[in-house]
Amino acid sequence: MCLGVPGRVVKVLDKTGLVEIMGVSKEVSTELLKEVKVGDYVLIHAGCAIQVIDEEEAVNTLQLFSELKELMNE
Amino acid sequence: MNNFIDDFRNSEIARKMGSMLSSYRGRPVTIMEVCGTHTMAIFRYGIRALLPDGIRLISGPGCPVCVTPSYYVHAAVTLSQRDDVIITTFGDMMRIPATAGDGSRGESLLSRKAQGNDIRIVYSPLDSLKIAAENPGKKVVFLSVGFETTVPVIALSVLKANEAGLDNFSVLSANKTVPEALKVLSVDSEIGVDGYLYPGHVSAIIGTGFYDEIAERYGIPGIVAGFEPLDVMHAIISLASNINNKKIVVENQYCRVVTREGNPVALEKMNEVFEARDAVWRGIGCIPGSGLQVRDKYSKHDAWKVFDLRQEAGNEPKGCLCGEVLKGKRTPKDCGLFGKACTPENPVGSCMVSSEGTCAAYYKYGGI
Amino acid sequence: MPDIITLAHGSGGKLTHNLINDIFARHLANDILKQGDDAARFDLPGGRTAFTTDSFVISPVFFRGGDIGKLAVCGTVNDLAASGASPLYLTCGFIIEEGLPLDELERIAASMGHTAKECGVKIVAGDTKVVQKGAADKLFINTSGIGVIASGIEVSGSYAKPGDRVIVTGNIGDHGCTILLEREGLDISSDIQSDCAPLNSMLEEVFSITSDIHVLRDPTRGGLATTLNEIAVQSGVGIQLYENQIPVRDEVRGICELLGMDPLYMANEGKMIVIAPEGPADRILEILRKNRYGMNSRIIGEVVKAPAGRVVMKTVTGGNRVVDMLVGDQLPRIC
Repeated sequence: MCLGVPGRVVKVLDKTGLVEIMGVSKEVSTELLKEVKVGDYVLIHAGCAIQVIDEEEAVNTLQLFSELKELMNE
Repeated sequence: MNNFIDDFRNSEIARKMGSMLSSYRGRPVTIMEVCGTHTMAIFRYGIRALLPDGIRLISGPGCPVCVTPSYYVHAAVTLSQRDDVIITTFGDMMRIPATAGDGSRGESLLSRKAQGNDIRIVYSPLDSLKIAAENPGKKVVFLSVGFETTVPVIALSVLKANEAGLDNFSVLSANKTVPEALKVLSVDSEIGVDGYLYPGHVSAIIGTGFYDEIAERYGIPGIVAGFEPLDVMHAIISLASNINNKKIVVENQYCRVVTREGNPVALEKMNEVFEARDAVWRGIGCIPGSGLQVRDKYSKHDAWKVFDLRQEAGNEPKGCLCGEVLKGKRTPKDCGLFGKACTPENPVGSCMVSSEGTCAAYYKYGGI
Repeated sequence: MPDIITLAHGSGGKLTHNLINDIFARHLANDILKQGDDAARFDLPGGRTAFTTDSFVISPVFFRGGDIGKLAVCGTVNDLAASGASPLYLTCGFIIEEGLPLDELERIAASMGHTAKECGVKIVAGDTKVVQKGAADKLFINTSGIGVIASGIEVSGSYAKPGDRVIVTGNIGDHGCTILLEREGLDISSDIQSDCAPLNSMLEEVFSITSDIHVLRDPTRGGLATTLNEIAVQSGVGIQLYENQIPVRDEVRGICELLGMDPLYMANEGKMIVIAPEGPADRILEILRKNRYGMNSRIIGEVVKAPAGRVVMKTVTGGNRVVDMLVGDQLPRIC
């Protein structure tokens, strides 16, 4: 029920941030997050950043996916 | 890491997972994908075509537009005809036909727009605030549909309207929450769910604690999954495996965005503006405590109160199986209207015309 | 001279006369137009003739990468080129909403003249009418175009055969996304531009090395997906696409991800679908890539026997999905 797109924060303004997705920029509200810094990746939904993306977790998940070790045993 | 999108669409890994999926030889399992965005992803990435006989995927009621009761669109269409009202809405709502109290098919917002009523598609409820500020002489109504992913954004817009004194802004809420619906689905033996694919973005807001209750109380395991092809396939394969091995657990496989506690700032705003109430889910019926209404404190931004509108359940269109489809009890192809009287150009029920509707997905992507 | 178009400009008198001379005749100038009579008269080279008509109502009239005038010339020229013809002469009828600033009209006329010159066509007849405010959206342009088809060239949407290769001449979705961003309220900034371009020279270069081409069509409204579906139905064949082969600019992907749209359904105004047998396909690709308007040409799929009338795409997972025609307009989604 939820289209959410990851974007990179390139500018932090008062209550909003400018995020970039594949070369396209959009200003979104940051009021649903505690804190946002330039360089963070955030999940964008309906004009709002609703979560910060944990890059370390992303790397871990991708590692898990690429190894497929746990799945191979089935 | 690239852009967090393409990395999770890596074709080499995708193909490996795809062939793992199609070569599944375990016990037959029934998995419900709760969320309409998962339904679409499964079709869009050709995952449905790769499903082995032993894995049955049924689509749940996680399409907020599909489960919106028919009286809602009727109310919106009626409001749109007032000269002093500007309707603002997500694109998803535009083509849904209203159903009159007697079950007969009414107009859609798109056809009202063609007849000159002021109906505007917005990408965000926050955009409606701008429209309200620019049109002080008009009442701007935002059609508030969506689950917990969207509700905090809508709550934010109500709070900002209140702060800025934008008294001409109100929301017509049909918002619902997922947890209570899950309970109803879990006890329905006719559906027979073995495992849940949990909605990644709703979970980003509400966290994952609630799903443990579903596992403990009903013995149904689940996986919280993202929406890229790698996320979805990995979740389906793991879930099938867990079901086979009787591992009644909840796994979070979308850790880059979902934490156990969710998003406390978003939850706080949601609870500040909205409170729980009973809600009618189209096709399912009334699920206690599964709806959201604007609290009295913000009643001047509650369109139901501002326009004194009634919320009366009417009849469903004759022959429409949306209800059964939404519960995963039937597939679109079981419906006598599917593809004949009910098509995307001429929809009868909302499952066909909603961008996430199961029938729309089957019609658009199926047929292979 | 007043600086906006008024109803008086359409009444046929002195103002109309001046308008035609100062703006249209000046920028669209050529020997046939100079005849100044009620109809253009010319000789046509022998052979089969192609004849087309089109109307342009785009809003806004100026957009990144072009304007309604350039679009009108390119659109008409491309329709003729897609019929295997060398475009020769165009007509243009202008329906102008009163209040349109004269300098905007002049910019558009200049753009048309410039584009016509680039692709070697002459605008030989025209008409102007002015309507009341609200009866048109700034400017509507209607065109017709005539061209000749060299012998040996025979293309049609019904000629696709199983085994044929499906080529697209570059990135899809640029025009559709550009126009989308011009809409108020989306607040998305991007460098994306319309791909509006005349493709007749590029196709003439292709025809100079082979006439073994079955289908040509430009994927305008409804995008690549809709156009391929039309061809599949017309020819009674299936089309198998490979998602990883379809060229899409990053910006188009970004815009579509944000709004929940699909590049396959976004309009293109400077691209062509070329369907040709396997034999000449690689040579055709080579020629296309040498042209500035075809640099990113790719083979994106092939024609198959079944399922007839359907377009199917192999996705990143290796699984196929059906690519349907567009129903209605794509609307920005939240779900």
